[in-house]
Amino acid sequence: MKKLSARRRHPLAAVVVLLLALAATGGLYAAFAPADKAQADTAAQSLNIDEGKKLYDVGCASCHGTGGQGSSDGPSLVGVGSAAVDFQVSTGRMPAKQPGPQIEKKANTYSNKEISQLAAYVASLGAGPGIPSSQEYDPAGSDVAKGGELFRTNCTQCHNFSGEGGALTNGKFAPDLEGVSAKHIYEAMQTGPQNMPSFPDTTMPSAQKKQIIAYIKTVNASQSESPGGLSLGGLGPVSEGLFAWIFGLGALIAVAVWIAAHTAKAKKS
Amino acid sequence: MSTAEENPRAAAGERIADWADGRLGIYSLAKANMRKIFPDHWSFMLGEVSLYSFIIIILTGVYLTLFFHPSMNEVVYHGSYVPLQGIRMSEAFNSTVNISFDVRGGLLVRQIHHWAALIFLAAMFVHMMRVFFTGAFRKPREVNWLFGFLLFVLGMFTGFTGYSLPDDLLSGTGVRFMEGAILSVPIVGTYLSMFLYGGEFPGGDFVSRFYSIHILLLPGIMLGLVAAHLILVFYHKHTQFAGPGRTEKNVVGMPLLPIYIAKAGGFFFLVFGLIAMVAAIATINPIWAIGPYRPDQVSTGAQPDWYMGFSEGLIRVMPGWEINFAGHTLVLGVFIPLVVFPLVLAVIAIYPFLEAWVTGDRREHHIADRPRNAPTRTAFGAAWISWYFVLLVGGGNDIFATHFHLSINSITWFVRVSFFVVPVLVFLATKRVCMGLQRRDAEKVLHGRESGLIKRLPHGEFVEVHTPLEQGDLHRLTAHEQYAPLAVGETTDENGVERRLGRGEKLRAKLSKGYYGEGNQIPKPTAEEYEEITSGHGHH
Repeated sequence: MKKLSARRRHPLAAVVVLLLALAATGGLYAAFAPADKAQADTAAQSLNIDEGKKLYDVGCASCHGTGGQGSSDGPSLVGVGSAAVDFQVSTGRMPAKQPGPQIEKKANTYSNKEISQLAAYVASLGAGPGIPSSQEYDPAGSDVAKGGELFRTNCTQCHNFSGEGGALTNGKFAPDLEGVSAKHIYEAMQTGPQNMPSFPDTTMPSAQKKQIIAYIKTVNASQSESPGGLSLGGLGPVSEGLFAWIFGLGALIAVAVWIAAHTAKAKKS
Repeated sequence: MSTAEENPRAAAGERIADWADGRLGIYSLAKANMRKIFPDHWSFMLGEVSLYSFIIIILTGVYLTLFFHPSMNEVVYHGSYVPLQGIRMSEAFNSTVNISFDVRGGLLVRQIHHWAALIFLAAMFVHMMRVFFTGAFRKPREVNWLFGFLLFVLGMFTGFTGYSLPDDLLSGTGVRFMEGAILSVPIVGTYLSMFLYGGEFPGGDFVSRFYSIHILLLPGIMLGLVAAHLILVFYHKHTQFAGPGRTEKNVVGMPLLPIYIAKAGGFFFLVFGLIAMVAAIATINPIWAIGPYRPDQVSTGAQPDWYMGFSEGLIRVMPGWEINFAGHTLVLGVFIPLVVFPLVLAVIAIYPFLEAWVTGDRREHHIADRPRNAPTRTAFGAAWISWYFVLLVGGGNDIFATHFHLSINSITWFVRVSFFVVPVLVFLATKRVCMGLQRRDAEKVLHGRESGLIKRLPHGEFVEVHTPLEQGDLHRLTAHEQYAPLAVGETTDENGVERRLGRGEKLRAKLSKGYYGEGNQIPKPTAEEYEEITSGHGHH
């Protein structure tokens, strides 16, 4: 201890103390910070990030900036997380085909591996929601009725009561949810793409997201039951009114014309 | 000789008829009415479609009342539709879901009831337009026109109260819409709303109140009006289109018994069958998918049924203006649409009286006009329809936006401009088309029909041979009468003193000129013109 106290006024003492303090805080942070999911395989991870960076420079940098900082053509990607990348790229929305009121989905041209590399790179820019695992989004066994209630509370304003989609301002729209995979619905709720608000786990726990997915899959899937017959798009009174006028009244007028054309006549011949 | 007393062996039917006649006087009633003649035309059957769908609505509605509970008490659903199990809802919603899934035939009857309602209103609309465009509203039928119009308006409100009964999320939004409209009324709005809903919206009363209105009050009035409407049809006799042998004093057609009884009876079953088929094919108002009403929830695509759609359009395209004055808010964005709503309907309802005033014609009319022969009226009607449909587009602006990939804001602006511009354009275009058709009729009368035969004359010219029309066709094309524009009366009185013209008189003369003045109708060929052209062997 004498040695230590003797050297406490050494010119480098301050530097040593600073290094020790930094090591302590860094170590504590490393110990207590939320563990990164892919922590185990750091070498493979950094390789992924490098590959992702290359893909990013080709497909994304022109709008989102070379370091993901964003530009006038695209928002910053710092902190959007890998879930956002997986949603946007695998539904074909990103890279965007052209600017417009809303970037629409199209065929995806990236392989799953490339998407995960891109996701790894974007996730490395700042912490954000990760790609959900199947047990997080698989709706099997969830309470459909509860999901319906949550859906009507949080989603129907834009997506319509059975998830058929609806109009937003200036050409933007909430898309039809038919055929959207459970994973993508989950990621969309988690990350809030484009005009959609996000529903992070703090406001809507994973169990509730699963209930909502279960409800959507029950009422708005290609094999959904429609107990009353043709659903007419599930759009409500506009399509019903058109149907009543065209097929209902149209058919009745055709019948009226037919009856009037076959009137009783005095016997000929 | 062969009365029942003298011949005790008369057939049972005859004896029953005799018994009834002695008490109800059915023989003279039948004698007066059973041989009533009705003219034949498909468009005369549109009113029948309305009548039959009304009967279908009543029949199916009675069935639905057996299972519907008009109550807003909260219950938890335990029926057979899984995606709603355990959800809290009103008893009204619960019983409607039960009708749909747990009552035998319930869903089909519900769908027949609702589809028939849409078709009923659509048929009334088309029937009303038939009456309008053929001028069948003229004397003596003005009162019946108003009865029909009232039926349409009452039908709208019966429909509104009806689709609000299940207390689902969509109709609840409509009821909320209505509350908003009532609240926008200055001064008394809040009181009216509190009175109607029995307190703060939604309260616990509106379903049972709407129920009485929907199944008792409005249909009761409508039944009375339907009866009056039909009695007047019998009393006035049906209009007919011009044709050989048809005059203002007769009706050419078939007797009610047996021809029209058979035809109308058959038609009823066809209407019933077709509506049942539509109901079996296509779903309507799937309340189980829409969910129970909660004031904190709402769905996009929240439109009313089509007949209320124009009011939705008025609200959607109206800018959200409001005036704040001394602590009070006047919500013009809602109040103006509320005022325009009855005006849209009133415009068409009062037209017959406007036309009667302009023509000054006090005679009876039983020959229906061809729409082209009354260009101003036809143009007015077409303009009104276009106005109505522009508002319907406004009411469905979100659906048009998503399905045609348009901006909802652009559609709203399009509707705002169209609300003022489209009726004018349609008026002008329709009038021109009508006059073109009048010219074509005149041409046909004077020069005959194009035969398609090309003849070469000796000097090389090619001409098309026109075949003259038959006498009956000539009559049909020239039977309409043409008014001369009303002149302003004498501008000086009998003493030569200048008479002041009333503003109404001047307006009337101006309107009359717009209706019948030069350039507003094509003078129909006169007999002399016809003689002159047909006596020479010339062709043109």
